[in-house]
Amino acid sequence: MNALSLHRPHRLLPLLLLVLCCVFPSLAEAARISELTDTGMLTRAVRFFTFQDPSLRYALAGSMLLGVCCGLMGAFLVVRKLALMGDALSHAVLPGVALGYLWNLTKDPLAIFIGATLAGLLGAATVQLIRSTTRHREDAALGFVLASFFGVGICLFTMIQNLPGGNKSGLDQMMFGQAAALGRGDVILLACVTFLAVIAVLLFYKEYLLTSFDPGFARSIRLPVPFFHYSLMLLLAFAIVASLQAVGVVLVSAMLVIPASAAYLLTDRFARMLLLSALFGLCTGAIGAFFSFVGRSLPTGPFMVLAAAVVFALALFFGPRYGILPRWWRQRSRSARIQRENTLKAIYHVLEKDDFRREAVTFKELAAHRRETLEEARQQIARVADVELVTVQGDVIAFTPDGWQRACEIVRNHRLWELYLTHAARIAPDHVHEDAEMIEHVLGEDTVRKLERRLNYARRDPHGKLIPGLEDIRQGPLGPAIPPGGPTVPPTA
Amino acid sequence: MSSLVPSFDWQQVFLQPWSDAPAFSCWIVLMGFLATAACGLVGNYLLLRRMALVGDAISHSILPGLIAAFLLFRTSNTWTMFFGAFAAGLVTVALISFIQRHSRIKPDAAICIAFTTLFALGVVMLSQLEGRGSFHLDAECVLYGEIAIIPLEIPVTLGGFTLGPPSVIRMGIVLLGIVAAIAFFYKELLITSFDPGLARSMGMRTGLWHYGLMSVLALVIVSSFEAVGAILAVAMLIVPPMFAAQLSDRLPARLGLTVLHAALSAIIGYHLSVWLSCSAAGAMVVAGAALFALVWGGTLLRQRLQRGTATPPSPDNFPEPSR
Repeated sequence: MNALSLHRPHRLLPLLLLVLCCVFPSLAEAARISELTDTGMLTRAVRFFTFQDPSLRYALAGSMLLGVCCGLMGAFLVVRKLALMGDALSHAVLPGVALGYLWNLTKDPLAIFIGATLAGLLGAATVQLIRSTTRHREDAALGFVLASFFGVGICLFTMIQNLPGGNKSGLDQMMFGQAAALGRGDVILLACVTFLAVIAVLLFYKEYLLTSFDPGFARSIRLPVPFFHYSLMLLLAFAIVASLQAVGVVLVSAMLVIPASAAYLLTDRFARMLLLSALFGLCTGAIGAFFSFVGRSLPTGPFMVLAAAVVFALALFFGPRYGILPRWWRQRSRSARIQRENTLKAIYHVLEKDDFRREAVTFKELAAHRRETLEEARQQIARVADVELVTVQGDVIAFTPDGWQRACEIVRNHRLWELYLTHAARIAPDHVHEDAEMIEHVLGEDTVRKLERRLNYARRDPHGKLIPGLEDIRQGPLGPAIPPGGPTVPPTA
Repeated sequence: MSSLVPSFDWQQVFLQPWSDAPAFSCWIVLMGFLATAACGLVGNYLLLRRMALVGDAISHSILPGLIAAFLLFRTSNTWTMFFGAFAAGLVTVALISFIQRHSRIKPDAAICIAFTTLFALGVVMLSQLEGRGSFHLDAECVLYGEIAIIPLEIPVTLGGFTLGPPSVIRMGIVLLGIVAAIAFFYKELLITSFDPGLARSMGMRTGLWHYGLMSVLALVIVSSFEAVGAILAVAMLIVPPMFAAQLSDRLPARLGLTVLHAALSAIIGYHLSVWLSCSAAGAMVVAGAALFALVWGGTLLRQRLQRGTATPPSPDNFPEPSR
């Protein structure tokens, strides 16, 4: 896993820097506010980075552990399409929390932890049961568990309120979370859960990978798929229950899904996705703790989630492979290239109509051939002239050697494909043009060589036109101006 | 434990609420029924479209909507709040479809990302406002609802007649509107839900119907959340249609069963809450879930019995292929 992560560190570095950049503007802001209102935010920021306060140490360690733990579990949820399982389970643990409190009417963390974990597992089992015994879909099953367990929890909590000596027992804390209130016990609990998750993932990485991506195959090689599913659900319940105190019911599902989704947008390798997801969780946890500390009373959880959302938005827009902007850019440059190639092809056709007796065409001829206005023709040619595929002198357009070669290649691709479709796929000659129009721009040299061999180096396409070969490309538009003497061309059929 | 669950007294649980304070009980049960029925009717279509959890997303994004509306207009009257929450619901839907369309994120993760981010924004804004003390929004009310204070609202009067608490009147109007909309657009909703491809080929604009349904969804959630809270509204969206789907395959029957389930869960839930002295909305959800569990157990039992008595297949009595 380590080797994989170090494979291309340059991809991770800018992202990390961007995440850190989110921290520094806030520092500047803090400095300004401290000048105005004397709240001492700068000193607080300094104290944050020197780790003087013990409560801060707990909050920071807790948030970062939580990020790692949720990030790891979330990666599995996202690839298993169970993202809302986190949401359902985090709501479903509520009755367990209430029952754990009822155990001896104190906030005994261990009792609450056990009760909540049991409730979470019961919820996961109910989802599975509804899916296997009714026709309801996954979403309905998850929604049912989420809402009905939560309803039971609400009833229990309102009943506890009526008990003598019963109070809300931090129900609000469970809903919204407060990392600043994390104690030593909570952090140790989180550390244990994170350690357990890391160990389980490292030990059974291959099995979890297989059962997540191809459960059918996993069953066929006799892996106990339900065991791995429920062990994952158990770890998930652990992670949720341990995180509730810090981020609350609603936002724990965010910490599960958002870092993992951001990682999913950046890589195709699961090991790398796990690492990235844990890393994002770690960073966003630290950022959340920072904001919450510097801003005094600000809640930690929401800032963690917002930081994670920023990371996700960056991945969504700028991710190198699946980001919206890079994809848009690639698409734009591809369509610009296709337009250029179509223009070159049009010039070739005009020259061909005249049997290549001339070397140049006029704008008027080109516009007439493509059935467009003179203005449009000028624009198209200007775009091609920009990349020096043609030269324009006054009113005439001539190919440069590069332009001639590209034009020949496109026409050759088009006609070869048409011939291939009529010969090999037995499609009528009047049905092949549209298909060839599209494929001519994407055929590679290797495929062209294969097609040529397959078609016995034919010289005529189904419509009787010449398929330009290597020789024609070398000779230029005016026929054998260059005397043949270069490399021999394959014999024509 | 004995103090947690009071002893069950038939008279106290079933008769006293209606004899001591009939108006009080009546408004609570009516509100529960109206909210559950309105949510459940819309939920039927959500279930068919496999979008049950979009309701969850919208109900969570109500919180930021309310706060943003307050920040923008600086008033907390009902209509401003209403439109803020409604707009937040639509923003959530738009965000979900944006993420889904422009990336390879799966729909479930897109839902989760959209609503949790908005919710986090809401909590941050809320903490800012509370710090200044200018605005008090009861977060508990948003999450669990306060159906018990509805009978205490100042009733609406129209032409000298006292009609009832404004929340109940609003909810009733919303329910009537939904029933009318379903009756009027029955065919269109049916086709776009079951076979979007056919609907498109017939020239229907499925995207428009999608957003129409989402607006209605936001409307019912917003109008019922003050009674039952945001999260329990999800239960009312999902549980009644699941109950109905367990009993029937036909959409008209399902719609009817949804309304029946709403009435049953409101009445049973109310009595449950009187007995256990717990949150009425929570008890209604528990009652609804119990009704579903009952029907679910019933179908399982029937399947088991049928399998037990089934004769081995022979050419003479070949079992009908299960669908």
